[in-house]
Order: sequence, then structure tokens, then C-alpha cells
Amino acid sequence: MDKTINITLKVWRQAGPKAPGKFETYKLDNVSTDASFLEMLDILNEQLIKEHKEPIAFDHDCREGICGMCSLYINGHPHGPDSAITTCQLHMRKFKDGETITVEPWRSNAFPVIKDLMVDRRAYDKIIQAGGFVSVNTGGVPDANAIPIPKAKADEAMDDASCIGCGACAAACKNGSAMLFVAAKVSQLALLPQGKVEAAKRAKAMVAKMDELGFGNCTNTGACAAECPKSVPLSAIARLNREFICAKFQD
Amino acid sequence: MWLFNSSVGRKFVMGITGAALALFLLFHATMNIVVIVSPSGYNAICAFLGANWYAIVGTLGLAALALIHIIYAFVLTIMNYRARGSVRYAVTDRQEQVEWSSKNMLVLGFIILAGLCLHLYNFWFKMQFAEITGIETGAFDPHNGAAYVQELFANPVYCVVYLVWLLGLWFHLSHGIWSSMHSIGWSNNKWLVRIKWIGKILATLIVLMFASVVVYYFVYNICGGADVVETGKAVSLLF
Amino acid sequence: MAKKDNKQDLAKAVKNVKEAITDAVDAVTDKVKDVVNSPEVQEAVDTVAEKVSSVVNEVKDAVSDKIKDIKVQMENEKIDAKIPEGPLAEKWTNYKAHQKLVNPANKRRLDIIVVGTGLAGASAAASLAEMGFNVLSFCIQDSPRRAHSIAAQGGINAAKNYQNDGDSVYRLFYDTIKGGDYRAREANVYRLAEVSNNIIDQCVAQGVPFAREYGGLLDNRSFGGAQVSRTFYAKGQTGQQLLLGAYSALSRQIGKGKVKMYSRYEMLDVVIIDGRARGIIARNLVTGKIERFFAHAVVIGSGGYGNTFFLSTNAMASNGSAAMQMYRKGAYFANPCFAQIHPTCIPVHGDYQSKLTLMSESLRNDGRIWVPKKLEDAKALQQGKKKGRDIPEEDRDYYLERRYPAFGNLVPRDVASRAAKERCDAGYGVNSTGLAVFLDFSEAIERMGKPAVEAKYGNLFQMYEKIVDENPYENPMMIYPAIHYTMGGIWVDYELMTSIKGLFCIGEANFSDHGANRLGASALMQGLADGYFVLPYTIQNYLADQISVPRMSTDRPEFEEAEKAVKDKINKIMSIKGSRSVDSIHRELGLIMWEFVGMGRTEAGLKTALEKIKEIRKLFWSEVYVPGRIDDLNVELEKALRLADFIEIGELMARDALMREESCGGHFREEYQTPEGEALRQDDKFSFASCWKYMGEGQEPVMLKEPLDYEFVTRQTRNYKS
Repeated sequence: MDKTINITLKVWRQAGPKAPGKFETYKLDNVSTDASFLEMLDILNEQLIKEHKEPIAFDHDCREGICGMCSLYINGHPHGPDSAITTCQLHMRKFKDGETITVEPWRSNAFPVIKDLMVDRRAYDKIIQAGGFVSVNTGGVPDANAIPIPKAKADEAMDDASCIGCGACAAACKNGSAMLFVAAKVSQLALLPQGKVEAAKRAKAMVAKMDELGFGNCTNTGACAAECPKSVPLSAIARLNREFICAKFQD
Repeated sequence: MWLFNSSVGRKFVMGITGAALALFLLFHATMNIVVIVSPSGYNAICAFLGANWYAIVGTLGLAALALIHIIYAFVLTIMNYRARGSVRYAVTDRQEQVEWSSKNMLVLGFIILAGLCLHLYNFWFKMQFAEITGIETGAFDPHNGAAYVQELFANPVYCVVYLVWLLGLWFHLSHGIWSSMHSIGWSNNKWLVRIKWIGKILATLIVLMFASVVVYYFVYNICGGADVVETGKAVSLLF
Repeated sequence: MAKKDNKQDLAKAVKNVKEAITDAVDAVTDKVKDVVNSPEVQEAVDTVAEKVSSVVNEVKDAVSDKIKDIKVQMENEKIDAKIPEGPLAEKWTNYKAHQKLVNPANKRRLDIIVVGTGLAGASAAASLAEMGFNVLSFCIQDSPRRAHSIAAQGGINAAKNYQNDGDSVYRLFYDTIKGGDYRAREANVYRLAEVSNNIIDQCVAQGVPFAREYGGLLDNRSFGGAQVSRTFYAKGQTGQQLLLGAYSALSRQIGKGKVKMYSRYEMLDVVIIDGRARGIIARNLVTGKIERFFAHAVVIGSGGYGNTFFLSTNAMASNGSAAMQMYRKGAYFANPCFAQIHPTCIPVHGDYQSKLTLMSESLRNDGRIWVPKKLEDAKALQQGKKKGRDIPEEDRDYYLERRYPAFGNLVPRDVASRAAKERCDAGYGVNSTGLAVFLDFSEAIERMGKPAVEAKYGNLFQMYEKIVDENPYENPMMIYPAIHYTMGGIWVDYELMTSIKGLFCIGEANFSDHGANRLGASALMQGLADGYFVLPYTIQNYLADQISVPRMSTDRPEFEEAEKAVKDKINKIMSIKGSRSVDSIHRELGLIMWEFVGMGRTEAGLKTALEKIKEIRKLFWSEVYVPGRIDDLNVELEKALRLADFIEIGELMARDALMREESCGGHFREEYQTPEGEALRQDDKFSFASCWKYMGEGQEPVMLKEPLDYEFVTRQTRNYKS
């Protein structure tokens, strides 16, 4: 009763960070449309192992769309041609029988390829380390209900906070900009009274780190928000700009 | 200085200069409309904006804004190209929500720049430039803008070129206006939709006003209209 | 005539010779007899015999002495949980008041390794660094933010009583003990309930956007096993938000240089020097290089071992290898058979399936679980001839509401899971495999309106629709139980220290707090409690004695040996070059585990499992094929190393389940149930935590017992009916 399709895959293979890469073509028959995209890659890898070839290296972990580990630029879209999902939530029913699917790693100067489809996204960690936090130590904090926060603000902060740090925004951006990622964190914490205290410092530090790491400049194309698996809104970027510009004028 | 070495700063500069240029265009377009209603009134404005110090300062300022906007555009494009990495995507696809113009602002900018050069040659060189330097560059009095307008748009080739240029301008502005507001930080979830509409309406308004002059004078000339203003008449009316 | 004479002469001669020979033989025989019977020879023989028997006796004595030694050792090893004296509510306060601390100048001189960056690991690493210790943090993913705590959806419990519905620290403690079917340590659980409130305060201060009421105060929802609303949540992404809170605190310390972060590193062994944990051996997953790291203390927060079952709600890389490394070095593995089966997962849909997706338990707040009353309806559903919405109300069996009127759909997870299995086994399953029940929101949509349901559960519904390709607003969702969490783990004392000095274990990786079953929204609570508020105190009680220990060189022989063992193991696996992929063997192990060590266990089944796991082990070590190189990024090698440990864990689980002849919490032995099919505990025999001690490769492990004395709570049969 399972519907199956036959597909051709063009997959980017690259032995290491410095090795030149190229596309390899694989044919895969009778793939169940209920299988997820990553399960399809598992099947392909199983086949490659059987042939004593090296399987395709790709990042994945939770396989339920929340850890942000999976990546893949599929047919011209980060996380594939479906909206508001990660690659692990993409199912083969989104593809047609006989279709050729091109799979590439994230391409960005700040995300060097490690192997095949795996890229190094530690740049995002470094941006958070520069200021994506509230400077409180463990213990000695006020009661959780001490400061009421309007529901609308808390909800908006939650929308920004839902970022999973997968890198799709920078991968989708024609400028290789990480602005939506930075904006999501700056905006989330600026909306909450706990984070407001050091909002100016945070915005400056995070933007400076982003620039230092070789990400591009934002030109408001909105591709980031369109491809964001968690639908982080573009307006977060406006708040980042506001926070940053105000902070700079205050200096 | 954060306006040079920070990405948000650079974005801010692009936004501010872009917004200022858009405001200028709005003013310019409003001014142009006058040439349909009252050619002599238009010439009066031309005279008012002639070689006076405020007009020169304004022009220089405008030139500076445009120059900054253009230089930044080039610098940003080069930086952004580099940020994309050495290997490009083999397959790219467009996203429904993403405007075509937003991804082609530089190309549109080239169209605008080319048009601008032509435009400066057609009008500014023969008017303000002639007035300032005292060199005779055109056929008419430097204050007789209306005559130049009438003369140029009698030529259908120029009409088409100008209309194409205006179309490019519309695309550039349709993204540029809301984008500048967004860059300045003047947006949120609700206003994002609104400023996008404001941007489109303003862009359309500006371009329609410009285009109406082109079309009006083309039609006017076809219908064999007489010269709209005697040389120098309008000027003497005012001064 | 002469011929005849000759003949006679010859016969005579022969006769003479014969006689002579006989005489000679007799003479020799006599001589030999004389010699043998001589006292000298007798003495010699006696001596030899004596010697042989004395050697035999010596060996016998030595063996029995050894056995006695082991027994004595075991007696000495009588497990001491180091629970502080005093009344329950004062134990933690007393402990903190009297424990040893390390002064700030000395903290700078002490290094601590923290393996894992989930809720427990990240919060511990951050808190320890804030205090001034030097922390080395390790995770196998590309970023510490990816740890699987991030996938927890529903919420986190705390005894805030913000809803004024009668909650208190004691009630949270009691619910947790009861929910764990009286197999957890009282003192630990009380401490957990005590610090739960601090966690919420801490997270809010970090900027965690918990759900709020219109008045601006925090909102709560209710969860299984509780009659109060004490669960704080951030949409359906509570785990993510809490983890990002801990991650941001950790990032702050990395930025300050107090934590050195090693991402894409996998721990492969713990290094013991003079009986204390002093470091780890880890593999750089990108380059394949084996590296050594020293620290004064080692903290493991590596999560649970649910992936032993292959299909589970755990992340693909979640593994039990760190636990096995500790176990092999002498740390006890406690209650390995206590694994939680979560009732609300999306059912299995194909043999290529790589993992199971959990639907948050919070769905049971408003969703109602049912199967058809009539078998023919179930048949029609299984054949796809009918949809859930086609079954009229009166033909639906809301079996949880029917069996457990007091708690209804909100019974604890183990109870809900077994009830689903019971219905499906009876033939009432509702999907093509017959292994699914309905979770229905039609009544909630009618009651609250679709927008309200969407606001509360929208992202979960979307997730369901993406996977199953069916709209859950129109047709009830299908769910089935799946392995989700392991209550068992490395044994720790009250200070969270394992039986190896200086080796600590926190979060899901340890065995404490949840007993035989964990209540919903308690895992986040325990992980953060351990990391933020317990370990940073208790570890100082150990480190206070270590301030004079200098940083040790990783060239020491202990490091050398550990690294060599790791390399040998890797080489051995790589050299097998068999015909089977790692996953294909893992799937086989998973099926055995699910069938025999899953929701319903029997003595015969567990014995079969033990046999079959032995075969799997043989298969793995003779037939596995790992492509690629050792000194390169090699995902298959990573998986193979983990699978080798899963096989051992699987065996340990089966062994423990076989030993525990009772049903309690997540452990259900079919021989031990009430007539109504509820779990039947044997408190007189099994009120203890089973602590398995490794005895060497190929040897049966020895079980020690930590008795669970209930001083403050009276054990009862769990009752969710009235």
C-alpha cells in the first residue's frame, strides 16, 4: 500500500575541507513516499556500504526538527522545497517519480565544508559567545513572577527564541549574511525586561562578531525568513537594527 | 567608525542615503508634474533652483548622497559576493515571498545610473551646469526647462529609453523604500506589511508622476502642440 | 637315525632355554618386588602423593579464600549512598551547611571535565565555570546547543503553587516517588523537589520566554501523574528554551575563557589514576585523532541509553557508551531495566524507519485516547476502509477514562503505554499494523474552538501532519508507545558521585530520582537541578581534598594504557571487514529488545533475549563492516563503537529485568500482575536498587543491592483509579 518513487540524486561529495568536491550521481528505486528525506539518504548509504563504498557524510541528530543539526541545500532550497520544516521533516512525498534531486552543502564563507554535506557552523556559537546571553550567574535571582511581562511581548520573544541555529538563513541569503540568526537572539532578549538591561552592549558585541567571522551584509531580501524552518520573522532584523543604531548613537 | 566597519552601520548608511534620494525623487517628481499643468510655473521653479547657493549646496549634497549610495553598493556587493564562499550553488530556486527586485538591486542600480547620466546630460548639463559656468551647452535658455522637456520627448526613442529607465526605478524603489525604513529599524511584525505597501505606493506614485510628463509631452508633440514657453518669458515673470 | 637324535637334542635345548628364561624372570621379579617394597621407595611415593594433594588443597584454599575475599569485599562495598542525617526537609540544608567548600583562589587551580552539553552538562559546566573552576566541556555534535534535551516538548515541573491549587514541595516529592513506583531514593527526590523552584527563577532570569497569562505572570499546565498544574512551558518547545538558556550561560563562560569547548569530540574512555577519575580519552570526530585530557574530577552528563532499541525517541547519536566506559572501570550500573515507554509517539510506518517521533504528553491534557468498541470497526480501520471520524461516539472505547476514572487520560506514562498495548494485543489497534490507538481532539475543538487548540498545540499538529500526511484537526491522530527515556543508569550517591572517586554522573545518565518510572516534565527538572543546584555544591566536597593535587601529565602510563586499549578496540572493529552494516545489526538488536525486553517481559522471554543478544554480539564481532579510515571523519566507525556498547547494555537490561521478579513502573513482568492487569510490586523482595558491578570481559557481572528504606513515605499500590 506504500507508494514508491524512483529518483536520481546528484550529491556533492568532498573528501575534506581542502579537497576539491564534485557531484556524484546515484539512482535509487522504490523509495517509499512515507520515508523522510534523511531516511532516503540512510537507504542510499546502506546501499553504498553494501558496495563497500564510503557512505555520504551528512549532519543530523534529533530527526524531529528541533536540534538544528541537519542542513542540506536541496533543489535550491535550504531544508528542501517545503516551508517551515527542517530537512529531517521533509518527506519523499514532496518529490515526483523520476525526479532528479540535487543535494548540496550550505555554501557560505563562514561555514566551511568538513566533508561531503557536512559544514562547520561553529561561527554561530562564537556569535552567541560574544553576547547572546543575559549575564546572570546561577543562584541569587529574583522570583520568577517578580517582573510581570506582557503576554504579547513574551509571545513575540518566544517566536524569536524558536531559532534552532541551523544556518539556513545564512545559507539561503545571497549575501551570506547571518543577520536573521543574530537578530533573533538580540530581539528575543531585548523584548524581555531581563535582557533589556544589557541590550545595547549585546547588539554591538554580536554584530561585531558576526562581521568579524566573514558573514555578508544584510540587504533585506527576506530569503532568510522565507526559508527559516522555524519561521523566525523578518521584523526581528528591524529590531536588531533599531537596537544597534540606538546603541551607537548613545555612545 | 561604525558607519563604515559594521554591517548594520553600512546598512544604515544605505538606508538613510536611499531614503533621502527617494525623498528627492518625490520632490523632483512633484516639481515635474508642474510642467504639465503650467510650463511657465515649471520654468519659475527651474529658475529658483538655478545657480543659487542653496541650489548648489543642495545639488552637491545630492551628488554626495548618490555617490555614497553607489560606492557603498559596490563595496557591499563585493563583500557579499565574497561572503558567499568560493563555490557557488549549482541549483538555486526562488522563494515565493522574496521580491525579485530585492535580489537585483545592483543591476537595477546600474540601469538607474545609466539613465541618470543620460538625464544629467539631457537636462542638468544644459540647465544648472550652463547657468553656473556660463557656458552655452543647450539650445535654449538654461531656465527654460519646459522647452527642453518638450524638445526631448518629441523624440520617441528618448521616450522609450526614459520609460524603461523609470521602470527600473520603480523596481529599485519598490524594494528600496521599505527596505530603507527596515534598515533604520522602523518596522515590526505589523508595520512590516504596512511599510511594504507604503514603499510600493510611493514608488508607483513617483514613477507615475515622472512617466506622465514623458507621455504627456510625447502625445502633445504628436498632436503638433506649439512651443510651451517663449524663451526667458517665464523667468521675467517672476524676477 | 642321526636325524631323529638331532631333533631330540634341539627340543631339549629349547626346553633348557625356556627354563632358564623363566628362572631369570622370576629372579628379576623377585628383585623388583624387593625394591618396590623397600621403605625408601615407599617413602618417595608417599611424599609425591602428599605433595600433589597439598598443592590441590592449596589451590582449593586459594580459590575459596578468593571467593571469601570477594564476598568480604562485597560486604565492605555495601553500598553507601551517603544520605545526610536529619528530617527529610532538612537533609539538603544540613548537607550544604556542613559540606566542605573550595576557596576562590584554589578553584582556579582545579580542572573539571564535563562530558555532554544537555541540560545537566551545560548547566553544570556553566555553573562550575561561574564559580571559578576551569572547565573542559565535550559534546559529540557540532555545537553544545544540539544536545537532545532540546527535543523535550511539554514542560518542566516546579512546586511554585502559582495556581493556588494546593501544590507544595512535599506534594511534588510525593508525586515523584509515587510516580516512580517507590523505587527511588527519598532524600534525592526531596532535594529535587526543593530546588525545582530555583530552576524556574533561574531560567526566567536567563531570558527563557515561558508562556504567560495576560496579567504578565507565568502560566502552567497539568501533566500525567499529578492532580495540580505545576508544569511551566514555552509553547511545545520547553526543552529547547531551557537548553538554550543553559547554552547561553555556557557560551558566556566560553567567551570568558573559563570553559574550553570541545565540540565534535567523543569520549572513549575514562582514565583512573590511583583509584580516582583523572581524565578522559576522546576522539576528535573530524580528524579521527585520539586525544588525552586531564582533570581533577570528571563529570558525565551523557544522557540515556534508549537507543539500545534502535527505534526510540532519542536522537540518532544518543548513546550509552560513556556509561559503559564508567561501568567497565568499576562504576555500578543501577537498575538498567528501568526504561520508559512513552505512550504518545507516532506509530512505526516502515522498515526503513530511523527513529520515532514523540508527540508531547501535554496533548493528553485536552486530547482523548480511544479505540473502537467493536472488533469489526477495528478491522475496518486496519484495512483502511474506515477513518477514525467515521466511528460514532457510542462505539468508541475511551479506555483510559474507563479504567482510571480519577486520572483519566492523564495517568502516568507506563500505565498509559501498557493500556494501549493491552487494547492493541486484543485486536483493537487502529492502523494497518494494528499497533496504534487514537488521540482525539474533536471534543477539545468543540469545547475550546479551533483557534484555541491551534494556539496551544499548533506546532505539534503541524509536526504530525508533516510526518503522517493527515490533518489532525479533521481526523484523530494515531499514536503508539515507544522507548523514550531510561530511568536506570550509573549509580550515584547523594553527592552524585559514582562508585569511582572523582567521577560524577548527572542527568539522565545517572539512575537517581525517577525510580522505576519518570513523570512527565520531570526530566528537565532533574537535569537542571543536578547541573545548576546540586553538583556545583557536592563536587566541592570532593575537590576540597584535591586542592594540593597538581595538574598531571597526560604522558602518565595510565593515560597511555587507556589510549592503547581504545586504539586496539578501534583497530579490531575496523579489521573485521565483514558483510553487515552497523545499522542492520543494530536494527536486529532493537527488534530483540522491543520484543523481549519491551513493554511486557517474561522469564522465558528474557532468557531468550539473553541468548539472542549473545548471537548478536557474535555477529557484530565477526560480520560488521566499517568503511572508511580511522584517521578521518568516519560516521560508521562512530556508530560501530556505540553499537558495541549497546549490545552490552542490552544484555545488562535483560539480565536485570530477569532478576527483578516483580512489576514496577516501566518494568512489567507479565508473571506479576493483579487480576486487573496492573503492576504488582514485591516490596519484601525487591525494594532495592540493583547495582551491577563489572567483573571483566566475558564474566557475569555481580549484583549488589542498595536497599531503599522508606522512612518518610508509606509505600502503597499506585492507584490512579480513584
